[in-house]
Amino acid sequence: MYLNQFLFLAAFLFCVGVYGVLARKNAVLVLMSIELILNAVNINLVAFGLFRESVAGQVFALFVIAVAAAEVGVGLAIVILIYRNRHSIDLTEVDMMKG
Amino acid sequence: MLENAWIIPALPVLSFVLILFFGKRLPKGGHEIGVSAVAIAFMLACVCAVQWVQRPADLEVHGPVEEHAAPGPMPHANAVAAFEEKEPGHEPTEGGGQEKEGEHEAEPIRKPVVREVTWFDNGQTRVRAGTHIDGLAVTMMFVVTLISLLVHVFSTSYMHRDRRYTHYFAALSLFTAGMLVMVTANNTLQLLVGWELMGVCSFMLIGHWWEEQNNSNAALKAFFTTRTGDVGLLVGIAVLFFAAGRTFDIAEINAAALGGDLSHGLVLAGAAALLCGVIGKSAQFPLHTWLPDAMAGPTPVSALIHAATMVVAGVYLVARLYGVFWSGFDIGGGGVNAVALVGGTTVLIAAALAFVQSDIKKVLAYSTVSQLGYMVMALGVGAWTAGVFHLVTHAFFKGLLFLGAGSVSHAVHSFDMKKDMGGLREHMPTTYRTFLIGSLALAGVPPLAGFWSKDEILLGASSNGYPIFLVVGLLGAVLTAAYMTRCVYLTFFGDYRGHGDPHESPPAITVPLVVLAGFSVFAGLVNVPGGEWFAEWTENETVLSAGVAHHSFSPIVAVIGSAMGLVGIAAGYAYYWRNLGPHRLTQSSGPARTAYRILEDKYGLDRLYTDGVVSAIKGPIARGAYWFNQRVIDGVVNGVGIAARGLARFVYDTVDQRVIDGAVNGAGMGAEDGGKVLRLMQTGRVQQYALFLFGAVVVLGGTLVLFTTG
Repeated sequence: MYLNQFLFLAAFLFCVGVYGVLARKNAVLVLMSIELILNAVNINLVAFGLFRESVAGQVFALFVIAVAAAEVGVGLAIVILIYRNRHSIDLTEVDMMKG
Repeated sequence: MLENAWIIPALPVLSFVLILFFGKRLPKGGHEIGVSAVAIAFMLACVCAVQWVQRPADLEVHGPVEEHAAPGPMPHANAVAAFEEKEPGHEPTEGGGQEKEGEHEAEPIRKPVVREVTWFDNGQTRVRAGTHIDGLAVTMMFVVTLISLLVHVFSTSYMHRDRRYTHYFAALSLFTAGMLVMVTANNTLQLLVGWELMGVCSFMLIGHWWEEQNNSNAALKAFFTTRTGDVGLLVGIAVLFFAAGRTFDIAEINAAALGGDLSHGLVLAGAAALLCGVIGKSAQFPLHTWLPDAMAGPTPVSALIHAATMVVAGVYLVARLYGVFWSGFDIGGGGVNAVALVGGTTVLIAAALAFVQSDIKKVLAYSTVSQLGYMVMALGVGAWTAGVFHLVTHAFFKGLLFLGAGSVSHAVHSFDMKKDMGGLREHMPTTYRTFLIGSLALAGVPPLAGFWSKDEILLGASSNGYPIFLVVGLLGAVLTAAYMTRCVYLTFFGDYRGHGDPHESPPAITVPLVVLAGFSVFAGLVNVPGGEWFAEWTENETVLSAGVAHHSFSPIVAVIGSAMGLVGIAAGYAYYWRNLGPHRLTQSSGPARTAYRILEDKYGLDRLYTDGVVSAIKGPIARGAYWFNQRVIDGVVNGVGIAARGLARFVYDTVDQRVIDGAVNGAGMGAEDGGKVLRLMQTGRVQQYALFLFGAVVVLGGTLVLFTTG
């Protein structure tokens, strides 16, 4: 097992996540893509932790999972509110802040 | 008190301001302020006089008060000589200026009390304002405040229920202040301030009843005529300022003029210019014409103006700047000089005019002119003390006569002696007696005040080598006595020719008369043979270092002088009471008629001034000035205006509109355009923002990697 295998996997997941965030119109999918990004980071943290024979990476990964859970909670709440108001969760329609 | 003499002129100034602001609201209309201020000033002047008399007479410097160096050439020699006997080295020296110096060296003298503050400081010239208190100033303060006080009291009754009562008292206060400022001044500028204050106050007071055209004309005439002379005063002050080494200080100017270092021409020019001012202010020939017209003012004002203040300002000026006149006109030399000539001419022509007046105040006015001529003549013949002494005694008896005339007119409501008076001695006993005393004093009957002062003038003229002016003085004495006799006869004797029932005036009017009558009788006794206190008190360093001669009492001059007065009275008595003499002369004799007409016409001077000077000024000169004004001055002004407008237009078009507005608008438009561009980025799409975010992270991360690894 080599470290770079984990890193490649994490990079792949990160890129998929970024693509999802930037390209998808569905707000739920964007949130899910953000989860992908976070999990890519988690993989990196755990992998480096193992590589350095330290538990700090796993500790950080646990923190990220906890914060991500909270973030998804808030994000989904916002999405629900948007849906209730507009009957749509298409992010391209939510542009009231256009200058 | 001598150090704080500035309070005396300050009091009437304060009173003026207070009356102006609060007078109308006071129960008595403001006269309580004026009377009390002048009364306090009078008391302080008395204190000053007492302190001056008690002041030790020597040449030592006293206390912290700033003293001037003695104007004599060698002050230390003076100090030594004051205590020792006369040194042989101080015999009279006949220098280039022919001044007799040295005789005074052994005489002790009271040093003047000088107190001054810096008025303004202009580089090399420091002008100091302050008071210069010497015997002359103390005497004048006493006389001015006394007469002013009596006039104030008199006015409370005389001007009762006048429509401008409050303003009248305000002006009266300011007038007194002007004279007091002038007599206490230690520099010529301050003197000028007082002088002009009096000018403007005389305008206000003479024109007090300005609703009548005559009165306002008289006020204008008085103002303009004295202004004509004032030009000379201004020029003279400027000349002396530069001549004496850039100083306005009177003591320094006198010292410089007497010092002999200045060119005679310069001093003469200064003295001649000052003499113009004197001629205007003191109503000397040929600018005397304003004074009789000034009778249009209320009578107490006439008393104040013509007895103690304004008109004697000119005489005071000569007395104060005597050093300049002395060396400028070479008064010590004898013969004839301009000052004496002006004075002597005035004595005679004014006295002659007094005979043809039917208005009692006009008689007194011409008498004043004539007596002022006496004073100027006295100063011109080198009899300084006599001139000042006559000023003082004249102030008393002329003030008395004017106030007496006021009392009479108060009773008969007219000034015309021929039409509305006569026989008043029974109706108005107090006025009659005091008026008679004043007339006798004026006529020079011994031992009244006028006798002593007039006698001294005649003595000075005869002893100083001015025989012509002795004759003039004697002739003047005859005329004076005669016209006063005529005036007394027409007013108080014969039958009453007016209307109604005249009655004696109230105490506010008669008390001043009695007081002044007392002074008219006794004032002469301060300078009698054997007791020449007045000379000792008043003569200052200038006079002494000029070497004004003192002459012992001469019985011959005294007898001839008083005989002349008696001759005049006798002639008047014979003519009016006994009906002797050529009574219908003007009808029967051609020359007499011509002479009478000339006198009635006042020598044509008034016509000359109105038709000649005034109409010339109103006519061609005014038109010329108007043309000059329109074409040249307005042209220049308009040219400047047009040029300025063109320049302004250019500046507006280019600098303001293009440069400044351009910059401002440019900044605005730049911001707007920048905003328009940046606006495009704000799409409101979250994902686009995220794209920018990632882009930025990529750029930053790339940079970081590049720099850390590179």
